[in-house]
Amino acid sequence: MTPQEMAQLAALRQNRRSFLRQSGAGIGGLALLSMLNGEQTADAAASLTNGVIKTLHHPPRVKRMVHLCMAGGPSHLETLDDKPVLREKHGQPMPESMTKGQQIAQLQGKELKCFAPQFEFQKYGESGQSISSLFSNIGSVADDICILRSLHTDQINHDPAHTLFNTGSGNSGRPSMGAWLLYGLGQETENLPGYVVLTSVGKGGQAQPIAARQWHSGFLPSRFQGVQFHSTGAPVLYLNRPDGVPLKHQENLVETINTLNGEFNSLVDDPEISTRIQQYEMAFRMQTSVPELMDFSGETKETFDRYGTPGGDGTYASNCLLARRLLEKGVRFVQVYHRAWDHHGGIKRSMEITANEVDKPTAALIQDLKDRGLFEDTLIVWSGEFGRTPMAQGSGRDHHIKGFSMFLAGGGIKPGFSWGNTDELGYNAVENPVHVRDFHATMLHQFGIDHKKLTYRFQGLDFRLTGVEEAHVVKEILA
Amino acid sequence: MPLADLLRSFPATFLTAFSLLLLSVTAETRAEKLSFNRDIRPILSEHCYACHGPDAETRYGELRLDDREDAVRDRDGYHVIDAGNADDSELIARVSSDDPDIVMPPADHAEALSPDQIATLKRWINEGASYEVHWSFAPLQDVSTPEVEGVENPIDAFIAARLQNEDYEFSPEADPRVLVRRLSFDLTGLPPSLEDVQTFVDNPSEEAYRALLQKYLSSPHYGERMAIYWLDLVRYADTLGFHGDQERSVSPYRDYVIRAFNENKPFDEFTIEQLAGDLLAEPTLESRVASTYNRLNRASGEGGVQPKEYLAKYAADRVRTLGTVWLGTTVGCAECHDHKFDPYTIKDFYSFAAFFADIKEQGIVSGARYIEQLPVPTPEQDRKKQDLTTRIAAAEKNYQAVSPELQASFDEWRGQTKDAQPQWTPLVPEQATSAGGATLTIGNEGEVLASGKSPDKDTYRVVLPLNQNSAQPVRAIQIEVLPDPSLPNNGPGRAGNGNLVLQTVKASVAGKPVTWTKATATHAQDGFPADNLLKGNRGWALLPETGRRQALTLIPQQPIDPQSDELVLELVQNHGSSHCLGKFRVLATTDDLTDGLAFPEVSIVELLANQSEEKSAQLLEYYRKHTPLLTKERNELAQLKRELEALEKSILTTLAVTATEPREMRVLPRGNWMDDSGEVVTPSVPEFLPAIESRGDRADRLDLARWLVAAENPLVARTFVNRVWMLFFGQGLSRSVDDLGAQGEMPSHPELLDWLSVEFVRSGWDVKQLVEMIVSSQTYRQSSAVSPELRQQDPYNRLYARQSRWRLDAEMVRDNALSVSDLLVDSVAGPSVKPYQPAGYWAQLNFPKRDYQHSSGANQYRRGLYTHWQRTFLHPSLLAFDAPPREECTARRERSNTPLQALVLLNDPTYVEAARALSENILQHGGETFESRLDWAWERVLARKPTELETSTLQTQLEKTRRYYEQHPEEAAQVVKVGLSPVSKELPATEVASWMTVTRTLLNLHETISRY
Repeated sequence: MTPQEMAQLAALRQNRRSFLRQSGAGIGGLALLSMLNGEQTADAAASLTNGVIKTLHHPPRVKRMVHLCMAGGPSHLETLDDKPVLREKHGQPMPESMTKGQQIAQLQGKELKCFAPQFEFQKYGESGQSISSLFSNIGSVADDICILRSLHTDQINHDPAHTLFNTGSGNSGRPSMGAWLLYGLGQETENLPGYVVLTSVGKGGQAQPIAARQWHSGFLPSRFQGVQFHSTGAPVLYLNRPDGVPLKHQENLVETINTLNGEFNSLVDDPEISTRIQQYEMAFRMQTSVPELMDFSGETKETFDRYGTPGGDGTYASNCLLARRLLEKGVRFVQVYHRAWDHHGGIKRSMEITANEVDKPTAALIQDLKDRGLFEDTLIVWSGEFGRTPMAQGSGRDHHIKGFSMFLAGGGIKPGFSWGNTDELGYNAVENPVHVRDFHATMLHQFGIDHKKLTYRFQGLDFRLTGVEEAHVVKEILA
Repeated sequence: MPLADLLRSFPATFLTAFSLLLLSVTAETRAEKLSFNRDIRPILSEHCYACHGPDAETRYGELRLDDREDAVRDRDGYHVIDAGNADDSELIARVSSDDPDIVMPPADHAEALSPDQIATLKRWINEGASYEVHWSFAPLQDVSTPEVEGVENPIDAFIAARLQNEDYEFSPEADPRVLVRRLSFDLTGLPPSLEDVQTFVDNPSEEAYRALLQKYLSSPHYGERMAIYWLDLVRYADTLGFHGDQERSVSPYRDYVIRAFNENKPFDEFTIEQLAGDLLAEPTLESRVASTYNRLNRASGEGGVQPKEYLAKYAADRVRTLGTVWLGTTVGCAECHDHKFDPYTIKDFYSFAAFFADIKEQGIVSGARYIEQLPVPTPEQDRKKQDLTTRIAAAEKNYQAVSPELQASFDEWRGQTKDAQPQWTPLVPEQATSAGGATLTIGNEGEVLASGKSPDKDTYRVVLPLNQNSAQPVRAIQIEVLPDPSLPNNGPGRAGNGNLVLQTVKASVAGKPVTWTKATATHAQDGFPADNLLKGNRGWALLPETGRRQALTLIPQQPIDPQSDELVLELVQNHGSSHCLGKFRVLATTDDLTDGLAFPEVSIVELLANQSEEKSAQLLEYYRKHTPLLTKERNELAQLKRELEALEKSILTTLAVTATEPREMRVLPRGNWMDDSGEVVTPSVPEFLPAIESRGDRADRLDLARWLVAAENPLVARTFVNRVWMLFFGQGLSRSVDDLGAQGEMPSHPELLDWLSVEFVRSGWDVKQLVEMIVSSQTYRQSSAVSPELRQQDPYNRLYARQSRWRLDAEMVRDNALSVSDLLVDSVAGPSVKPYQPAGYWAQLNFPKRDYQHSSGANQYRRGLYTHWQRTFLHPSLLAFDAPPREECTARRERSNTPLQALVLLNDPTYVEAARALSENILQHGGETFESRLDWAWERVLARKPTELETSTLQTQLEKTRRYYEQHPEEAAQVVKVGLSPVSKELPATEVASWMTVTRTLLNLHETISRY
């Protein structure tokens, strides 16, 4: 049985239930098959708004998620992981016992010397969380967030590391976590995609390239892939109708297409056509719903001030505000990329610039979600694809995968809490290490999903987001 | 078991049982003896092999259920399988146990077996528990065609035999209009012409069908159609795929594939050329281009890549691809451990990798231009190149000839002493301003110092009064950049290291721009030569020679008239990070620096001062370059050299494969590239497959390729034939076209697959013959209409009592729209092209940043398969219709149906432009009435007449739109303007725009983008 058919049949089961409900009567099993698409695709029978999981594996804590993806790899040593000993050892050689035989990126063959953290850390909130003084706004929500200081990953270069963070594997061709969520849970929006991607660049260094693979659905059907919203041009590709075509005409056009498709369907009885008709309706709704969404005029001045953006300017701040609007509308998964964290050189200056871009809007988003009652059922994740070396690379730091930090917040996450630690130099995650796949297991857990049970058959194997290695839900950080 | 009960059970179990049920025969009800391959292996593989299968690492309880000898052996008094006696078999006891501590598989490992499955296992054991070699690993053997009355075609015989067994029959032949459209798309990827439809509809005879078939098979578009699929398999793309995703040139390989299918290159030869075209005894340009196959893997140019890690990635990628493309099995699973379901070991994986260890490559590809290139001239280019080379040799001879006149003139010149220093006069600026807000201070000697704000980028505007008393025009200017203690690192630039990058020097005199013909500098940074200033690209820079004076000399095309008021310079410095000029001065000279005899280069001045016999030749060479006596000869030679250079630039290249001393290849335990503890392996093939014959001590890629296409290889022909079947029926005979292993699906008609495979090999791997055999069958020609009963009984069309129907491939969706609107430029082969693409779609790319420039002219209207394949950001309209990014081998595309597809067809300028062109064609060729026009359009696009509802709906829409555009002609003018193709001048815009409502509808119909 191919994956397509599994999805199809799962959807069939769902259709059957709703059909039974609607018809109020039982129906002979085999008769159901007439509702099946007998052809090659799964899409015809699969409903847009329902995932394959019909009964959640356990009660969920969240319904939606926003991933603030700090592309390039933020230094944990200048953000969330204070290392006084590293400060003292500035300029001294790194202990060889630590670095020998370890993966190294641009510092291959170079002298490895300790490089002091470039900023002071402060205790924030009642919880007294230790955060770099550059991030005082995030500090102001310290009591809402849970910091993990013992992340580790396997891939030391951006592209595969990103791919691993999003898909659980450094190889390409696997579905991203947002696609898994849609496949499992479906989407709740009728006028907007269930998985939206926003990107911004910063002024603190070179813009990290990212591939569309990061939000691709891999071997899952492509309707589960993330849809990128653009800050310039049409917000969604091909959303704008041709010049000289009034909205009303476009609407008539879509109606005509659907009428004629409907007639053809009555002749050939092809379930793909019914789906096609639904998709044209959705496409047309998006032509009005998306521009509405991108219109920030309904936001208050206070909101603009809080995020530090007038909205719609393509900055990270504006994207945070847009993320809130999307989450409000029920979008399942929003990914906000800020491509500005690859600080190989001049980390002090670059950090200042990037912190200035990210600190305030991130805190604003958390506070805003709280004010609007969305915090409790949203999972907020702030992370990069890896951290940076305690060793100097000139005036910056190289890629580092043995220990780095992230923070989580929102539904079911212990607020004002921290978990795990690196060693005194910030090199290895030594206390309660958390692999990226453990994060994936935890994230799915918050949605009510057992990561071992959300699988998809591809090339004869049942694939899952967490892969074949053991993955553990980090229960200790759950409220 | 009632279906309702099945529906309630867990999906996997339910599905397995369900699919068997659909074929109306379950193992339980089969009359004949059970087959291990068909009935038993799927159960054991799914539920047991993960722990009791081929992988020794994860094997539990010293039990292999994939190996009969082990499964039936005596284990101190009991048997896991007691052949002939299910009741005494521990296997049955364990799978039927209620005790959670005893039951197999354990609850947290795999799903429990269904009662049906347990009954099947019992019956199999009682029947003797015979094993079979997995069907796809068994040797190909002759199969006899079933005798079915009235059926001649062997394919139809196999299909009909099964249909009869299960009480079905073929559907009638499809309507001729549907059939011609189907055949055309299936064989060429393009819609049929109006004439083809008409001819066939008028006479839908067997001969007419055969004639069409032959026409399409011999069309150059057949090769394009087949290539679309092959390119997915071999993951053909125009970019590297990792991180910066830089471009590389491999399009000659794509064209090789098209040509190979068109020329019907035997599949064995096709295989050998791709894997080892460079290793043939006499490699041809063609076979070397084919071997680019070996370089199609993704590669990384990311700084900080660990070469060893990426070499391991590339090696693994090649094995995965080899496994999927030719062996049709998931060899890739054995990268970290022995395969869990098929008998591939981890050692097999790395032994396959060892075949490719001879390919010369680097782990880090610092920019695609560093990869070795193979020039691929066309025969025409080759001829031109030879011609030019001959002519250059002759011109060189003329130029080098020594005449007494030349000798005399040379001697005279070298006898004179030269004051080689041009006279430079500083120009004191009247004004110097910075657009970026820096403070520019003008000193007494004309030097300008920047201070204060240090913007990222800047443009300085400098106004320089000219010496109006001079009779001589200004023939050159010089920009001196000067060190200064106030500047970072002592300057002369404002960047932290004292560097600067000057992109452009725009100059104007009396409002007229000055064009520079030559730029030289005292020093230039690598990659930033002074020449750049003439090109306006990266600019001129100084590293590592900062902290001292440097000078840039610019020579204008026309001498500058000193009577002009002033010279205005704009110094554009766009590099960023404050790479701006810190201190500089502008000077001018009236000397003609282009006169190399009057103003020799510094090195020549030195030679002239200290003349010696051995340096004489050098001086003569210099003299030749500059003497007016040789102007004609020099120009001729230079012209020819320029032509050769231009020709060489225009010759396409592809990634070359060069075999070198093979790298050492080890088994990487758990796939860990840092672990050197694994054993060293040499090229070899898995033991369970036929042995390989090697020509030398060490087997190489050529041996591997020959092993693949040896008659004994059981996998290659089955894999390929199964996929060719898919192209014409939408699914393989085994639908798991990427996995014919234990976890794959047993073919619906195993004998047919084997018969076709045997025939294929016997025919000399003749692909066209295979295709012809398939499409001439009755099975292929059936209608795709399906009754509710048939759909209910056989939803996946496993019996082939009908044809299948599907939405066209991404490329064909595009090709169809361009073709029916007569915009398509259907030339074959060439470099990749760039269709319209929304602005900003490439914003996420970097190193370098890229702006998408869509192709102009004919290249805008090429077939979809020529689209520039950017792996990390594939063209969005192809992506929307499920074209794969080709980062990995893709054996089967999804066929999704999404709102994004609707948006593409509604709004992508490609489709709007096609709608406009189609409107124009309708108005020009469709007669005068609404009805005749609609008929014409429907025939053209759908090969049929419009229905009444279509006619009435569209007539209403057309009239409504026309009323609107008559009142809003400016909007009509806007609509028709879309795209690069010229708008008809004869046709009124309102009418074309109004008809676009009809043609846009037409191009969006599901029927238009589907094949029935």
